[in-house]
Order: sequence, then C-alpha cells, then structure tokens
Amino acid sequence: MASPTSELPSLQKLADGCLVLSHRLGEWMSRAPTMEEDVALGNIALDLLGQARGLLQHLANATGDPTVTEDTLAYFREAQEWRNPLICELPNGDFAQTMLRQLFVDCWLADVWRAVAASAEDDDVRGVAEKAVKENAYHVRHSTSWVVRLGDGTEESHRRMLAALDALWPYRGELQSPAWHERVTAVLTEATLPMPPADAWTQRNSADGWHTEHLGYLLAEMQSLARAHPGAVW
Amino acid sequence: MTETGRTPTWPLWEVFIRSRNGLHHQHVGSVHAVDAEMAVENARDVYTRRGEGVSIWVVPSASIVASEPADKDALFEPALDKVYRHPTFYEIPDGVANI
Repeated sequence: MASPTSELPSLQKLADGCLVLSHRLGEWMSRAPTMEEDVALGNIALDLLGQARGLLQHLANATGDPTVTEDTLAYFREAQEWRNPLICELPNGDFAQTMLRQLFVDCWLADVWRAVAASAEDDDVRGVAEKAVKENAYHVRHSTSWVVRLGDGTEESHRRMLAALDALWPYRGELQSPAWHERVTAVLTEATLPMPPADAWTQRNSADGWHTEHLGYLLAEMQSLARAHPGAVW
Repeated sequence: MTETGRTPTWPLWEVFIRSRNGLHHQHVGSVHAVDAEMAVENARDVYTRRGEGVSIWVVPSASIVASEPADKDALFEPALDKVYRHPTFYEIPDGVANI
C-alpha cells in the first residue's frame, strides 16, 4: 500500500478518491442541466470507477487474502477505513460547485496519474495509470471549460462560482502542490475568479480516517445493496 | 432540451463522425451546445462512447440548407429508372476497399 514516492498519495487514497467521486457524479444522472451533460458526467464517473477498480483489485491482491476482493474493499469497509480526499465526498451542491470540485480533483489527478505511470513498479498499477492519464486529460478539459464558462458567464453563474470557491477552497489541502496551484490559478484567472490566499486555512487530511459527516450517508447508499445481498451477482 | 424550455437558447449542432482513417465523416445525430468547443465535447460524450470514431465535425444546424420535402418527386424520381447510372455493370477488382 506504500506509494511509489513519498510525494505521491497512497494507492488507497487514490482508489478511494476515484470511487467516492465517481459515486457523487453518478448522483447527477438524469438531473444534469442538459442530456448531453448527463452523458458527459456519466462517462467521467465510469472512467473514475474503472480507475478505482483497477487499484482496488491490486490492493486486494496485495493482501494475500483470497477473501479480499475489489468488492469487499468497496462495499464492506466502514467510513473510518476510507482514505479518499475529503473534497471527493462533499455533496454535489449546485452544478457550479460540482464543476469546481471536479476541476480541483482533476488537476490533482493530472499530476498524480502521470507520476504513478512513470514510477509504478507493478504492471497492473502502471497500466491503470497510463490509461488514466488519457482519461484525465479529457476530464481536465471538461471541468476547465465549465469553470471558465460559468465564472466568466452571467452575473448569476459568476456568483455561483464564487460561492463554490468559498465552499471548496478549505478542502484543497490534500490536493495542493505547486503544480496544482499553477494549474488552478490559470483556470480561475481565465474564469475571472479571484484566487483565494494560498495560505488560507484548510481542512486536515483524511490519512487517519477522519471524514466529514457526508461520507457515512454516501457509503450507506453505495453499500446497501451489496450488504443486503452478499455475494449477489447480476 | 429546448422542448422543456429549460435551456431554450442553446443552439443545435449537427455531428459528423469519421469512424476510421480513409473513410469519410458521416452524420450521426445532433447535440445542443452554447459554443463550438462545447459542441465537440458533447458530441464526443454522446456519440463516441463505444469507440465509434477517430474524428468529429460539428456544424451549426442553422448553417445546413436542406432540400424541400415537397420537391422530392422533382429532385429524385427522375433517377429511379436510370439503372445505367449504377456501377453494377463491371466487376470491382479485388483489393479495392471501402466501396
């Protein structure tokens, strides 16, 4: 479960972040602003789900316990055992907040996946990362264009992006790096949004299993079917 | 989603996908989008989910000039009895692909 280099997040954190964020995006299904965006969010959610599965299966194999699988890791862990960045578990808010959260996480993953692809010793992990680099490139493009469009849009959309920035800035702590700040600053500037202070207070990270109140509800929904019908298959 | 009245101002774009090199772009459907960039992204998300394409064109639907359905007989019927226009009277050599 150790990360390839000390600067990289653990694979557990990466896998959990992708899975939890995937579930949140899935909540938009049938509710996105347009049908086209509904499909777009579904595609991104499925990309993240695929990335999470690849890593969870690797982590399951690494335990050496044949009863541990990607499914048991996804469906039978309690909230305290999850290591996703807190921002991934936050409720969607409005569409502006969802897109800004997506930008923050996409920009984080952009550097993380590249680093994992370059440094992972395990073939499966490297394979997941190499595929994810391409998928992420599109995700960044998608969230960037929406943040710019809404930030530099109407008075109402600008106001909503400002509110989203207020809500999410305190959750950047687990994502930020100099490269992350550079990426995000470029987008916010183009979106005519003010860059909040880089040294403003930020939430502590989830490395010790500390979470917001929202993860429990998310897991209750995500895990309920598997727990009600253990071992069920389609 | 103009039908619901929620986003009545989003223009419609026609989408053309080229499925692989050497073939031409084919019309596959349409998307709503506020600008060309979003139209390409939406087309990618809606029409290339199963590996259908290697290239996307989008064109504002308003830019397409269509023939009048009422002109159907005048435009197309004269071709129906001109069988000699069809390239069916000679063998296509092996090795000619994509016909």
